[in-house]
Amino acid sequence: MVFERLNYSSTNMDRHLLSELERFLGKDAVLSRPEDLLLYEYDGSVEIARPQCIVFPRAAGDVVRIVGLANRYKTPIVGRGAGTGLSGGALAREGGIIVSFARMNQILEIDAENQRAVVQPGVVNSDLNAAAASAGLHFAPDPSSQKACTIGGNVSENAGGPHTLAYGVTTNHILGLEMVMPTGELVRIGGKAVDAPGYDLCGLFVGSEGTLALVTEITVRLTRLPEAVKTLLAIYDRVDGATETVVEITGRGITPAACEMLDGWTLRAVEAWVHAGFPLDSAAVLLIEVDGLREAVEQHAKEISEVCKTHGAREVRVARDAAERDLLWKGRKNAFGAVGRLSPTYYVQDGVIPRTKLPQTLKEIDRIGKENGFEIGNIFHAGDGNLHPIILFDARDPKQFERAVSTADAIIRFCIEMGGAITGEHGVGMEKDRLMPLLFTEADLALMRRVRDAFNPAGLLNPGKIFPTGKGCGEVRIRPMPQRGEGNSAPATGRDFA
Amino acid sequence: MSSPAKAMRSRIGEIVGAANFTDDPAQLARYAVDGVQPSAAVRPGAANEVAELVKLAVAEKLAVIPMGERTKLNIGMPPARYDLAIDMTRLDRVISYDPGDLTLSVEAGIPLAKLAATLAEHKQFLPLEVPFHERATIGGTLASGVDSPLRQMYGTARDFVLGMEFVTGDGALAKSGGRVVKNVSGYDLHKLMLGAIGSLGVMTRINFKTFPLPAELRGWLAGFTRAEDAFAFAQTIRKSPLAPRTLEIFDMPAAAILDAQIPVGRTEWNVAISAAGNGRVLERIAGDLQNLSRNANAAAFHALDSSAVASLLTANREFPALTANKFTDCVIAKITTLATQMAETVQLLKSIAAERGLPCAVLARGVGVIYFALLLTERDATTMERVTQCAREIVSVAGKNNRGMILRSPLELKREMSVWGAPREDFPLMQRVKQAFDPHGIFAPGRFVGGL
Repeated sequence: MVFERLNYSSTNMDRHLLSELERFLGKDAVLSRPEDLLLYEYDGSVEIARPQCIVFPRAAGDVVRIVGLANRYKTPIVGRGAGTGLSGGALAREGGIIVSFARMNQILEIDAENQRAVVQPGVVNSDLNAAAASAGLHFAPDPSSQKACTIGGNVSENAGGPHTLAYGVTTNHILGLEMVMPTGELVRIGGKAVDAPGYDLCGLFVGSEGTLALVTEITVRLTRLPEAVKTLLAIYDRVDGATETVVEITGRGITPAACEMLDGWTLRAVEAWVHAGFPLDSAAVLLIEVDGLREAVEQHAKEISEVCKTHGAREVRVARDAAERDLLWKGRKNAFGAVGRLSPTYYVQDGVIPRTKLPQTLKEIDRIGKENGFEIGNIFHAGDGNLHPIILFDARDPKQFERAVSTADAIIRFCIEMGGAITGEHGVGMEKDRLMPLLFTEADLALMRRVRDAFNPAGLLNPGKIFPTGKGCGEVRIRPMPQRGEGNSAPATGRDFA
Repeated sequence: MSSPAKAMRSRIGEIVGAANFTDDPAQLARYAVDGVQPSAAVRPGAANEVAELVKLAVAEKLAVIPMGERTKLNIGMPPARYDLAIDMTRLDRVISYDPGDLTLSVEAGIPLAKLAATLAEHKQFLPLEVPFHERATIGGTLASGVDSPLRQMYGTARDFVLGMEFVTGDGALAKSGGRVVKNVSGYDLHKLMLGAIGSLGVMTRINFKTFPLPAELRGWLAGFTRAEDAFAFAQTIRKSPLAPRTLEIFDMPAAAILDAQIPVGRTEWNVAISAAGNGRVLERIAGDLQNLSRNANAAAFHALDSSAVASLLTANREFPALTANKFTDCVIAKITTLATQMAETVQLLKSIAAERGLPCAVLARGVGVIYFALLLTERDATTMERVTQCAREIVSVAGKNNRGMILRSPLELKREMSVWGAPREDFPLMQRVKQAFDPHGIFAPGRFVGGL
């Protein structure tokens, strides 16, 4: 294992570029003061990288001009939604321009009859859901950050969420995109109707982590809100009981709308803050939701309850009303906030395993944690085998960060051994690029690079993401803990560029 | 035509064994695509053999078409060049199947029927009810991009293919995705292979999410005299909470084609619905549908027994095949549109056919897919001229949301027009994809959209 600081480029931004950006976007649409740049050097991950300016386009035409300028000045460009990503996808790893879609936040159309919506990329996930709800519809992908994260970000990362177990992830709900290519063209792919002849370009661009195009408009599929919903909380004295329950529910062919697990450590952290009603003395809880026709929901809830009890659930509670249900979900969706109260720095992984391997994988995570001196909390999408082990560490101790990352890597390696993957919904970004060779061969990566280069030939769009930068094959390198305010290319006085 | 036979025979023999190579014209006839016969055909037995064959094809500048049981090879344009057929039917193994995880990995040449039998042992299935189901392979099914009536509930292959291994145009064995049900590691390159009719590479292995077989199925058939009422009824069902498993709308000529298989009504339009669930759920759906049909001016409403539900699914699935059996020279177009525009699109398509005096049949899926067949019994020059004019209008049928292509047609039509319709503004992006996957242009040249 090689410890080596990656080479962050640190050229100051050309003042002609800045003034050209300001000229056509307006001064209020370009930020470049150091205190502004600080706010855009991080996202939801542990990564840090400082841009040289942030621009706020209002229309696709603005984006075309920004891309044109970036090409002329050979400056990197990175798209950004709300910056809630967990893999550094929206960070300017090699500096350059961050294109924030915060001002392209209009819902252009809700076509309730056809169950479609057309939105700008900066629309917040829960705003789209609120707008669709009056027509009895929703946008199914529901990442925990949905109150802040944007549809554009969801598209880039192919975001998931608890309810994607039954409804599918973002890519299953995207039908069309308008995009600005890194080479400057504005192009539409797909549309409201299904099955356009030709290659499934939407399938490629969704989840490409902002490395192939900047998305300026999105056509999404909306889904009918279920007629009935039941939320169950199954409480266990043994972690194995919970994991075995998930294995049996899957094996029986019951697909709940969501099936989440919180282990004892995590639920205690959550309960101390959210007061969702998780019992403090339990080893694990499963939060299971079933939805659909009233009659089907009754039957599935009953069947799931029985499976829970068979595997030693000491109690299965059913939320009595919407308020109780919301409280349980608040506990789940605010879990990372709750962990943040315990430690300002923590590292969350995103490995995936076959559901049949859940019990042994949780045991192994526990073992790996103990071996490295970490207590690891687990809160995750159990129903689709998507793990989120949480490792707390002290950022003041650089050795601890390195050990936290190598502990997380050990977990990921085990996931891969089990037939799994390195990321289920957070993306590779700049966080897991070094792990890609564990999953993909040189030939696999070479083809992916060719595809990237086919659309992003100069590499100006979101450089330094997804693809490993290490020279040696399979060599894994860990960066030192990035420090806030020490991102790349801190210009001394931002106003110089104005 | 280049003649790889003699020069290549020993080299190919080394790769696949002499028994799996042929350059005998009598045997090659079955590998013909739109009348173009290759000079050789090979039957590799492993993914690395496919990779070696592709490397050889690159070195010798051979144009290659990969195929399974060849049931849907007439989709697309005639090949511009075609030297070597890669017959994938020896790669027919289940590589891994974890019923508890509902995941599966298979070789591309496995027949759908064999796979269905394996899955049924664990009360599971893949929702790929596609034409020629009895013979078709999984690889050919995915490459052809044909859809299934079950897409109403389960979506299309892009929604349940988890990963894929394939040989690209430089002979590299590459993969994307994985074996787990949720995964965002790397680009989803496998989605590009779906419906690409072999123009990007040769699929060797495919990973799927499987589904539990429903405990019980029921079906219903509602009859209407007017298309508007039939499509409005289908739309009411889509907007209801009932979540049917299939939802198909077809006219009387289509009913006649399906007739041998199912007891269809004698109304101008039919809406066929099936649903899965337990007894109480199905009772509820039956009651709701009956009420909805009454409000929708249905002329008839019948419940179907389980064997009728099964034959209805088979008939709907085989519609293109049944049509081609009865009308050898038929043209079948696939038009996709919005749910709200289906009735008017169908009327428009019918008027286009009527203007030219061509008989037609319609089978549509509730998700916005219309299969429109011109029922031809002759292909003389004057008929073909009318058919070509008609087909041109069909693929570009009015409406900015519509997309059209010709799924099946006599070769004469392909000489006059592209079955894919005119390339759209995203075509330059497709060219870049093709270049990245197949830099030497050896895969199925000329067969795909815009001559790719």
